[in-house]
Amino acid sequence: MSDTLIFGMEVFLNGLMAGVLYALVALGFVLIYKASGIFNYAQGVMALFAAMTLVGIMDGQVPFSHLINAVFGTEVHHFGWHLPALVGIVLSMGVMIGLAWLVQQIIFRHLVGQEPIILFMATIGLAYFMEGLGDLMWGADIKKLDVGLPQGINLWIDELTFNLFDYGFFIDNLDIVATVIAAILVLALVAFSQYTKQGRAMRAVADDHQAALSVGINLSFIWVMVWSVAGFVALVAGIMWGTKSGVQFSLSLIALKALPVLMLGGFTSIPGAIAGGLIIGVGEKLFEFLVGPMIGGATENWFAYVLALLFLVFRPQGLFGEKIIERV
Amino acid sequence: MFYREAGDFKTSYQDDNQTFPIKFDRYRYYAVLFIAFAVIPFIINDYWANAIFLPFLIYAIAAIGLNILVGYCGQVSLGTGGFMAVGAYAVYKLMTSFPEVSILIHVVLAGGITAIVGVLFGLPSLRIKGFYLAVATLAAQFFLVWLFNRVPWFYNYSASGQISSPERTVLGVPVTGANTDAWASYMVCLVFVTISAIIARNLTRGSMGRKWMAIRDMDIAAEIIGVNPLTAKLSAFAVSSFFIGVAGALFFAVYLGAVEVGEVFGINKSFLVLFMIIIGGLGSIFGSFAGAAFLVLLPVFLKNVLVGTLGWPTDLAAHLEFMIVGGLIIVFLIVEPHGLAQLWRVAKEKLRLWPFPY
Amino acid sequence: MLDETQGYVTADGRKIGGVVMDMRKITLRFGGVEAIKNISFDIREGEVRAIIGPNGAGKSSMLNVISGFYVPQEGEVWFRGERRAPMKPFEVARQGIARTFQNIALFEGMSVLDNVMTGRLTQMKTGLFSQAIWRGAAEREEVENREICERVIDFLEIQHIRKTPVSRLPYGLKKRVELARALASEPKLLLLDEPMAGMNVEEKEDMSRFILSVNDEFGTTIALIEHDMGVVMDLSDRVVVMDYGKKIGDGTPDEVRNNQDVIDAYLGVSHD
Repeated sequence: MSDTLIFGMEVFLNGLMAGVLYALVALGFVLIYKASGIFNYAQGVMALFAAMTLVGIMDGQVPFSHLINAVFGTEVHHFGWHLPALVGIVLSMGVMIGLAWLVQQIIFRHLVGQEPIILFMATIGLAYFMEGLGDLMWGADIKKLDVGLPQGINLWIDELTFNLFDYGFFIDNLDIVATVIAAILVLALVAFSQYTKQGRAMRAVADDHQAALSVGINLSFIWVMVWSVAGFVALVAGIMWGTKSGVQFSLSLIALKALPVLMLGGFTSIPGAIAGGLIIGVGEKLFEFLVGPMIGGATENWFAYVLALLFLVFRPQGLFGEKIIERV
Repeated sequence: MFYREAGDFKTSYQDDNQTFPIKFDRYRYYAVLFIAFAVIPFIINDYWANAIFLPFLIYAIAAIGLNILVGYCGQVSLGTGGFMAVGAYAVYKLMTSFPEVSILIHVVLAGGITAIVGVLFGLPSLRIKGFYLAVATLAAQFFLVWLFNRVPWFYNYSASGQISSPERTVLGVPVTGANTDAWASYMVCLVFVTISAIIARNLTRGSMGRKWMAIRDMDIAAEIIGVNPLTAKLSAFAVSSFFIGVAGALFFAVYLGAVEVGEVFGINKSFLVLFMIIIGGLGSIFGSFAGAAFLVLLPVFLKNVLVGTLGWPTDLAAHLEFMIVGGLIIVFLIVEPHGLAQLWRVAKEKLRLWPFPY
Repeated sequence: MLDETQGYVTADGRKIGGVVMDMRKITLRFGGVEAIKNISFDIREGEVRAIIGPNGAGKSSMLNVISGFYVPQEGEVWFRGERRAPMKPFEVARQGIARTFQNIALFEGMSVLDNVMTGRLTQMKTGLFSQAIWRGAAEREEVENREICERVIDFLEIQHIRKTPVSRLPYGLKKRVELARALASEPKLLLLDEPMAGMNVEEKEDMSRFILSVNDEFGTTIALIEHDMGVVMDLSDRVVVMDYGKKIGDGTPDEVRNNQDVIDAYLGVSHD
């Protein structure tokens, strides 16, 4: 077997796993979009905020310590305790739900019935706001996140592939765990959306706010629920990426990665998010592996977008999205 | 009482079409022009130029450009940073390849090149709309930044990957490079802004503007009454990109002097200009100025008050700035989607009757 | 039978010319559904032609075919003696066909005057660079077209709201502005999609008066879809009746009124 093919397989597997993670992030977006017609640009920042909150809670950081110190001249930084991961996660989830409620009350309650582009821009504003808030609360330095997830090269696969191909694939344990968790979450979210009463109500709301109101759906409740689910997905994504590369600003760029996934898969489709995520995950890595060296590398910055763009031009609704019909 | 319309009848459609039909507005406009051209150049210093006037003027041009595309024609673009980069790199290549030609011509040419690139990336707008289009323009944004980072021809194979602006003069006075005086760079930008605003005003009040607004308001109806959506949308992209390219060229050559594309023209720049037109007012030339002024002055204000007066560390001020800008965007979208321009218009309406409440 | 090209004079002295729009064997399908089944009829120059029929008969689709928005799978559209090749809607507008819409399609971000001026867009030719400079050609063209629009505005008695943003107007006035926009283009054929919908008696009388004046003073050929029988009988020279995508009547209002098929259709007698 040629070297390129072997390396290619490794790249493919890594791409597949990255794709599952993309799919998870994209799913958070799809759910909010299905429920509210909003594309939540702030999802990435929410993931960052969730991760920062988790670290902050676990490490016993004093929130807004920097600000308090500046105003009052004090020198407080930590409460002095250290909480176990599970407690931290539960508390962080609580914070995210609280956030969901606030976002709903203060922002989106007032934007019922507005066009998608206005809602999108509101989420951009929210993203900026939360980025500032997160930095203000927990500080902007890079933090290490350890919730006990296994890391490092998976020795079993390494050995297996070495025996088969004379070359050990480097597949990180963390990625495998992330893939499994993401896959479970994806299935759970799909089940929730399709088969529960709340899921159906969510879909009604996504179609038409005013109509949903008129059949008695409690818009506020659905939205808080949706934003909470998004917050939960954000937290999971934040934990995964945060463990991998540290809790820092670049985490918030997940949102930007999810966009081409959704463009490819269709904004309203859950299977689309999955398919899109996998295609982009694999496509990105393979393109960089095969073509990247010829044109200067770092093509992952834009490949996903250009691919999605080309796709959009020929099939505007994405792979699985609904066709948009306009009538006069 | 001062702000009157009564008795000031227009006797021709020409007069009715003026930019400032109310006399008071017109006099105010002349006063502003006078101060801008005849007063400020004599009292401006480096700090004021670099902190306030140059960014304000240059962003005003970019905001006018983006407003034409987004506010008048309804095509949302998040590629402003990338297009500014096109303007910057175009002017750089022109300056270094044709050093004898005036920089003023180069800036205009850079605008033209950006217009062509803008039309190219605007082609998807014929098939996709609204929010999907916004996302597609991100492809332009990321791709362009990558292009200027990775293809060495653009930065003349320099080792650092940076581009820096060689010295150029206008009528013997240096306007780029280290020897430039504040008033010279200010005047160059001022001239470009004034001409840009006039052109933009002319385009938006005539049939071109109506075509754009028709597409924005209801593109299917527009097509049925005879507007060619292809030419309307692409012309919006072209004109918009022209202004944004000019802004990018000036931003690099006159204001910053040296640029690293990822930092300066990244997606945050796209959002910044978008925020300017949201806060300032979509579909309003005045709003473009208002928004640019607001978002240029805000960090200066915060820095002076929080860091200077209260002694806070600068990163705190930066975080607060993010929160304020984000918060304001949300507030404006909820309360006054037409931005500061509408608030201004409403204030003027009230002023028309002042001091009579009815 | 009248010769295609020969005209005649009506009882009240209006001149009706030869055939200006000829729909020949039009069939229009959406997926598996046939919205229009093999319909042929013509419209003569200077006449007021009504298209009527129960809801869902395919009238709006017919209007969309005439205005070029839909291209029929079968049949031919002949306009002013020439077969119309499939063309984009905006090209059709340039041929001189203007229309109003059932659910008002005004440009809500603009004033009344600007909306009416958009009706002139097919006639305004100055290019981008002239407009950027404004003084000279662009300004002259603007003033000329403004005069034409002001005449239309006067004619429809909406001078008092010319600067008002259209979004602030009540329904009846919006319809009038839409008519103004269509008239501003000085069309050869004016299509009105339920111009009276949602109006009270007074508003209907006003609109009827305007429609008749348009036909009378400018000689504009008008095709309209309308539900109100009284209006149809009063306004139109000839009527086409549709039901379930088929033509079931074609003639003067009196002829159609006494046509058994038409009566059945409206009374809901079941067909096979």
